[in-house]
Amino acid sequence: MSKTIQCVVVCLVLCVSLAFSQGLSPPSNVTAMDTPNDDGSSVTIKWDAAPEDSGISGYQILRRIAGGGLEEIGEMLPAGATSYVDATIEKGNAYAYIVRAVSGTEATVDSNETAPAKGTGEWFHTGKIPLFVAMIVFSIAVMVSIYHARSGQEVFIRRIPGLEAVNEAIGRATEMGRSILYVLGLGGVSGAATIASMNILGQVARRTADYETPLHVPCNDPIVMNVVREMVKAAYLNEGRPDAYNEENIFFLTDSQFAYAAGVDGIMLREKPAAIFLQGTFYAESLILAETGNSIGAIQIAGTDSEHQLPFLITACDYTLIGEELYTASAYLSKEPMLLGSIRGQDWGKMIIFAAIVLGVILELAGISWITTLLQRVS
Amino acid sequence: MEKIIGIWIAAFLTLCIYSFLYRDNPFYRFAEYLFVGVSLGYSIVLQIHQGLIPFAWQPFSAAVTGGSLTGLIKLIPIAIGLLFFAGLSPQQTWLIRYPSAILIGVTSGVAIPNVLQAHIFEQTRGTIGPFAAIHAGTLSGWGVFEAILMVVGVVCTLTYFFFSIEHRGPVKWVSKVGIAFLMIGFGSAFGNTVMGRVALLIQRVDFLLNDWFGTIF
Repeated sequence: MSKTIQCVVVCLVLCVSLAFSQGLSPPSNVTAMDTPNDDGSSVTIKWDAAPEDSGISGYQILRRIAGGGLEEIGEMLPAGATSYVDATIEKGNAYAYIVRAVSGTEATVDSNETAPAKGTGEWFHTGKIPLFVAMIVFSIAVMVSIYHARSGQEVFIRRIPGLEAVNEAIGRATEMGRSILYVLGLGGVSGAATIASMNILGQVARRTADYETPLHVPCNDPIVMNVVREMVKAAYLNEGRPDAYNEENIFFLTDSQFAYAAGVDGIMLREKPAAIFLQGTFYAESLILAETGNSIGAIQIAGTDSEHQLPFLITACDYTLIGEELYTASAYLSKEPMLLGSIRGQDWGKMIIFAAIVLGVILELAGISWITTLLQRVS
Repeated sequence: MEKIIGIWIAAFLTLCIYSFLYRDNPFYRFAEYLFVGVSLGYSIVLQIHQGLIPFAWQPFSAAVTGGSLTGLIKLIPIAIGLLFFAGLSPQQTWLIRYPSAILIGVTSGVAIPNVLQAHIFEQTRGTIGPFAAIHAGTLSGWGVFEAILMVVGVVCTLTYFFFSIEHRGPVKWVSKVGIAFLMIGFGSAFGNTVMGRVALLIQRVDFLLNDWFGTIF
């Protein structure tokens, strides 16, 4: 008897849902395929957009692993959606998908089941080819400039006051018989600003080796510390002063931002260095460091590409290298042809950007948008 | 009770750190050493639990116990990473150069395309983009002014960052306009950040006045 009642109820529910779903068309042209240019961890499902008066209020994606049952995945998609990326697949498994259209009255209608699709990884991201070409162009500009510089062609570099002051700062510390504090900021070893800062430190170390001025480098990253130790050691060796190199002056403090700031402030107050270099990536601690350095009367030369910290460094330091100036510093200080050539190459790159902006503006005003389209493809 | 003790410790350490505004003193030194030490200890534990165990130990032990042989490939980065400890021996310090070179090379290779994409191409497109709207006639008078100002600012600032040409004559004046744009930008960022810092100070003073004083009165 109870089975009969259950059957009647199920039939009633089916009839009611059928009545409500009348007029609700199933999503058409549903396809599932491997997402291009990824590591094989997703499948993309696409379907045609439903007409505005279709009554569809959203879509639910269902999937089935070969031989398994249907399961709902993800949240309900809005009515305007025409694709979904399933990033929850397991590599090696094939999945078939159904797109379920849901109406405002909760009625549903399912699409046909797609053919099973697998996620496969690609070695090359074809969407990045324009970016690759752009990098090749930049690289050629840099390499040609380096070639010219090495072949003896003189490379002019304009005067940068912040870098002119480096020798003055080291000389001042030497005359006063006090140390130099070099702060590399909070960047990791892969940061462009940190790498530029380490190059400057190499040049500073050559002079401190000559003058026998103590150089203290508190580090925020143990890997940066190791690289810096090697660089400074090499600088002292190149100057013929390995005896003056003291490994303990280059040390790891902590990798916590404000604990590092507190520690460096303490060093400033107790050591009272005559010159402080703040070169690298800085965040909210920049003003704390620069103000403390200012309060002890040290000559301060800062440099960063962290645009939000530059105002503070400009305010509290004697000299500040702004963005790109930091990257030119090692070439400027060392005058090595290879580095000078790379600066000229970078200028060629900037010239291309300059031309792209001017030409792009003129063409856009004339209604031609191919530069914007090209940049969009690169992005 | 524990909460009150926590509030008192936090208030004491806050005052110790603020005592730096007067001068270096034993209280500041105590808070500084404690802060550095605690942060370092915390960081080591974090690295062990979020780095060493899930990325090195678990895949490796799974490979050894026969779970998944793919974990054996982790031996390569583990071995490279261990080379950093060569610094402990003065004779073998040179070995550090290998992991350093790999790390800098790989991370730079990953970072450079992203920087080019986000900082150069995307921003160049953003600078040119509004002129399509000007052509279409969908930009208001103020919008047109903003678009022109943006291009003038970018071109002049870019000129300032040309290092291999001498800044004299027209280039000098264009780069001077560029540095003026930079300084206006920095001024606005300065004001914005100062407001944020004042908010942080207010938060700390609020903690002292309400939470800490609240336990006394």
